[in-house]
Amino acid sequence: MLDACGVQSAEDLFSHLPSAVRLTRPLDLPAGISEYEIVEYFRQRAAENVNGHASFLGAGVYSHFRPVLVDTVVARGEFLTSYTPYQAEISQGTLTAIFEFQTMICQLTGMDVANASMYDGSTAVTEAAMMAARATGKGRILVARSLHPEYRQVLATYTRNQGMRVEEFGYLNDAGLLDAEDLEQKMDGLTAAVIVQSPNFFGLIDRIKEAADIAHRGGALLIVAFTESVSLGIIEPPAEADIVAGELQSFAISPSYGGPFAGIIATREKFVRQMPGRLVGQTVDTSGNRAFCLTLATREQHIRREKATSNICTNQALIALMATVFMTVYGKRGLRELAEQNLAKSHYLASKLKPRFCGKFFNEFVARAPGKPPDEINRALFKRKIIGGLPLGRFYPELADSMLLCATEMSRRADMDAVAEAFA
Amino acid sequence: MITKVRPHLSQNEPLLFERSSPGKHAYQLPELDVPAIDPRQALGAENVRAEIEGFPEVSEVEAIRHFTRLSTWNYAIDHGMYPLGSCTMKYNPRVNELVARIDGLAWAHPYQPETLAQGSMEIMARLEAALAEITGMDAVTLQPAAGAHGELTGILMMRALLEKRGNPRKKILIPDSAHGTNPASAVIAGYAVEHVPSNPAGGLDVGVLERIVDSDVAALMVTNPNTLGVFEQDILRVAGILHAKGALLYMDGANMNALMGIARPGDFGVDALHLNLHKTFSTPHGGGGPGAGPVAVKKELEPYLPVPRLKRSGKKWAWDYKRKRSIGRVRAFYGNFGVLVRALAYILAYGGPGLRNVTVDAVLNANYLRKKLEPYFDLPYKAPNMHEVVFSDERQAKHGVRTGEFAKRLIDYGFHPYTVSFPLIVHGALMIEPTETEGKRELDHFIEAMIGIAHEVETDPQTVLSAPHGTRTSRVDEVTAARKPVLRWK
Amino acid sequence: MYPENFRYTKEHEWVRVDGDIGTMGITDHAQNELGDIVYVDLPKPGVKVSQGGTLGSVESVKAVSDIYAPVSGEILEINTALADAPEKVNGDPHGEAWFVKIKLSTPGEIDKLMSAADYQAYIGAEK
Repeated sequence: MLDACGVQSAEDLFSHLPSAVRLTRPLDLPAGISEYEIVEYFRQRAAENVNGHASFLGAGVYSHFRPVLVDTVVARGEFLTSYTPYQAEISQGTLTAIFEFQTMICQLTGMDVANASMYDGSTAVTEAAMMAARATGKGRILVARSLHPEYRQVLATYTRNQGMRVEEFGYLNDAGLLDAEDLEQKMDGLTAAVIVQSPNFFGLIDRIKEAADIAHRGGALLIVAFTESVSLGIIEPPAEADIVAGELQSFAISPSYGGPFAGIIATREKFVRQMPGRLVGQTVDTSGNRAFCLTLATREQHIRREKATSNICTNQALIALMATVFMTVYGKRGLRELAEQNLAKSHYLASKLKPRFCGKFFNEFVARAPGKPPDEINRALFKRKIIGGLPLGRFYPELADSMLLCATEMSRRADMDAVAEAFA
Repeated sequence: MITKVRPHLSQNEPLLFERSSPGKHAYQLPELDVPAIDPRQALGAENVRAEIEGFPEVSEVEAIRHFTRLSTWNYAIDHGMYPLGSCTMKYNPRVNELVARIDGLAWAHPYQPETLAQGSMEIMARLEAALAEITGMDAVTLQPAAGAHGELTGILMMRALLEKRGNPRKKILIPDSAHGTNPASAVIAGYAVEHVPSNPAGGLDVGVLERIVDSDVAALMVTNPNTLGVFEQDILRVAGILHAKGALLYMDGANMNALMGIARPGDFGVDALHLNLHKTFSTPHGGGGPGAGPVAVKKELEPYLPVPRLKRSGKKWAWDYKRKRSIGRVRAFYGNFGVLVRALAYILAYGGPGLRNVTVDAVLNANYLRKKLEPYFDLPYKAPNMHEVVFSDERQAKHGVRTGEFAKRLIDYGFHPYTVSFPLIVHGALMIEPTETEGKRELDHFIEAMIGIAHEVETDPQTVLSAPHGTRTSRVDEVTAARKPVLRWK
Repeated sequence: MYPENFRYTKEHEWVRVDGDIGTMGITDHAQNELGDIVYVDLPKPGVKVSQGGTLGSVESVKAVSDIYAPVSGEILEINTALADAPEKVNGDPHGEAWFVKIKLSTPGEIDKLMSAADYQAYIGAEK
C-alpha cells in the first residue's frame, strides 16, 4: 500500500502539514488495554454507583422493566451498525421499523403525523415551540410552570436569540393543575403557543381542554408535552393539541444516567412542512412493491441549510427502535395493563401518604410529611436500601417541604410500606 | 474478475399492523401485590382512553421474526465496507455495548444523589479529560446529543463571550463546502450566515477572509480537514485574521479521525469545536442515532459552558449548577451517557499511541484508494488528502451516468454507496472515506468494484442506470413519496 | 415552446399580462433543470410582492428553489390544484401549472423583462 501511495512510510502522508500545527509529542493518554480490563474498569465504576436499591425516583426518567426482546433486536448488527437510511434499497429494515414507529406514535397521541425521533423530550418540546413560532409567525411562548423544569431551561437557552419570548404561567396551589386564570390573563395576540405537560411534572392529569380553549381563542397553538409515555396506555390522548412533544424513555430505554433517550414530535397534517427531523414515507419500488424512504427532506438542514426547520441531523434512531419493539411486545392490551399496574401501585403508595395536590395523578405524586424535611426522609430510607423521591426545593422553592414520588410496576409493596413508615 | 453479490434468501414480512390478530400478546406482567384499582375512579372517566385503535397484537415469536426479517433488509458495517465520506463508518466494538449495559451504569437515575452516582461522574470526568487532551483544548462539555447540537452549543457560547465583550456581532462565516448543519445551527444562535467561497484548491481563501472579516463577524465555522479531506494549510493565518478582528474560530470536528495524535485544533487557533463520538470514537450509528456531540473550548469560553459542570468537591465529584455566565442547558440531564461510556471504552482500548495509529491507518487507506482510483475518475481538487477523497462524476456523466446512479450500482457489488453529491463545491461528487477499519483485501475488492462499474458505464450504461438489481427492493420511487406523502399506516 | 405573448425573467419565471392582471409560473427550462417537482409553496392571496422579491419556492426531492415575483403587485389568486398535483409543473409549465395571478401595481415593469426570443437566447447562452 505504501508503494502504491509512493511513500516510504505512512508518516510521509502527513509531511504536507505545516510543522507549526504538528503535535510533536505523544498524546498524554495511557497505552491501550485489553477487553477484559475494559470490562473490569467499567464494572468498578458501576460499583461506585448505588446498586440494587429500590427507587421511587421519576421526574422525567422512569424505572420500567425492559422486555428481553428489546435488546435482542437492537443488538443485531444490521440495526446497530447501519447508517441513516438515505440509501433506501438497502435500508428497508430501518425504514420499515421507523414507519411503524411513526404510526404507533400517532395511534398513541391521536395526532396525524409523527417524526422519526428527536434527541430527547426537552429538545422535542423546544423544537415544537420553534415550530409553532414558524407556523403562526409569532414569537411569544407561554409555558406552564408545571412543565419539567429542565425542559423549561432548554427552551430558554434555544429561544433566547431567535426573537422569541418565553413567559411562564402558574399552577393552582391546591390542585397542582394549571392556573387557567393566570394563563387567560397572560394570553395575547402575539402568542405563538401555549405549552402544558400532562401528566404534568407533579404527575397530575392536567386540564388540556381548558388550555386548548384559551390558546385557540387567542390564535395560539397548543403544545402538549409528556415525560411518562406509559401513561398514554390509559389516559385520553390530547386530541385538542396542535403539537404533541414528549419523551419515550419509559418504553424500554434504560435510565442510563439521563440518556440516550428518544424524543418525539407529533402534529396535525397541516403542520407537517413545519416539522423538524426525519420522516419516513411509503412509496413503491420499480417492481411496484411497497417500499419506504426518507421523505419531505427539503425541510432539513442538508438541503435547506440556514432556512431549515431545524439543525437536527443525527437523531435517536436505535433508541426509537427500542421503543418500537417495546410497543410491539406490550401491544394494545399490554400497554393498558402495564398502565393499570402503575396506577394501582402509585395509588397504593399514595393511600399511605398524603398527596400534596388534589388533582388526579398517574404514577407520580407530590407528598410531604409535617416536620420532616425530604432529605431526612430520604436518609432514613437509604438505610433500608431504598432511594426515596425527588426533593422539590431545587426546582420549586415553595415546595421545599415536599418530594415527588414515583411508583411503577417494578415497585414492591414492602418497599412502599417502608416509605410510608419513613413519612409517619 | 469482479464479483457481484449472489441472490440471498429474503422473506416477505407484512407490517406489524397487518400481522396483528386480536388477543395475541408477547408480554407477561407479574400478579399485582397491591389492590387493583378502577381507572375511571382514579383518573376520572373523562380522562380514560378507549383502546388504542390499530395498535399491534402479536405473539413473542411473531415479534422477533418480524424484526429479524426486517433487519435482513439492511446493509450494515457488520456486512462490509461502508465508505460514506464525512460519516466515518468504522467498526463498532462489541465490548462497548456490553459495558454500557452493566446494571450499575444502565440503571443509574440522573437524579440519584451525587454521592450515589460517583462511578458515572468519574466516567464523564475521565472522558472530558481525554477529549481535552486529544483536541488540545482546555475544557469539554458532554451535554450535546449530536454534532449539530454541539455546533449550536459552541456558537451560543461564542455569542455569550462576544456579548460579554460588548457586542455579539451579526454574522457567522461558513465556507461553501460546509455541512448543512453549520448554517442551520448558526441561525438558531441568532446569526446571519455569510457563505465564503473556497479558493481554487478547495480550501479557505485567506485573501477573501482578509477582506470580509470585520467587526460584524462573530466567527468562522471551519471543518478541518475540510469536506474534501484536505487539511487547511493556512489555518494559523486564518485564526490570526479572525482573532485580530475580535472574531472567533469554530471548528466542525466531524473529521477528527484524520488528526488524532497528529495535530490538535487547540494548537492551531481553534476556540471551540465539537466532536462526533459516533464518527471518530466508534459509537454505533444505529440507523441514524444516537450520537453525542461534546464541545471542547479554550479557557476564555469555559465560563459559558452549559450547566451543570462536573467539579471536584473534596474526594468526590459534584454537579455545579451555580455558574452565572453559563449559556444554560441544551438538553435535560447530562448528555447521552450511554454513548459516552462506549466512547471512553474505545479510547481506553486504543490508548494514546493506538489512537494515533487509527489516524495513520485511516489516512493511508484513503490515499491508497485515491491512487488506485485516480486513473478512472476525475479528481477536481488535487491537494494531498487525508482521511477521505472526493472525485467527480465528470467522466461517467459523459455516458449519461451520474454519481447517484453509479452509487446504486455499488450495491450490486456488496458495498454501501459512498456519499453522493457532497460537498456542494464538487459537481457530481463521489465522496469516499474508508476509515482505518478496512484491510487491504476489502479495499482492493472495493477498488475492483469501482473500476468495474466505471467500465460498465462505458459499455453498458443501462445496467448501471437501472441498478440495484440484486436487492430485495429495487429502485425506490422517492418522487411519489414526496408528492403524495403517506407517513403512517392506516 | 416559449409563447410570444409571455415575458420572462432571468430567474426563469414567465408572466402573461391581461389588462392589469399578470399570471405567472416557471418556464419549461426551469422545470427541466429542477427535475420532478414534488411541492410548490405559494403565498396567500392578499400578500403584496415586489418585482424580483421572493414569492415562494418549488421543491424537487433533493432541492428547493426560490421563485421570484416577475412583477410587483398583490396576489389575487393562487393555483390550488398544484397542492395535490405538483407534477403538473413538469407536464404543462406554461399552461395548467400557472402559479399565481398578480394585480399589477406598476404595469411599466413588464418592459424590463425578456421577450420569448431574448429568453431563448439567454438560456442558450447559459448552457
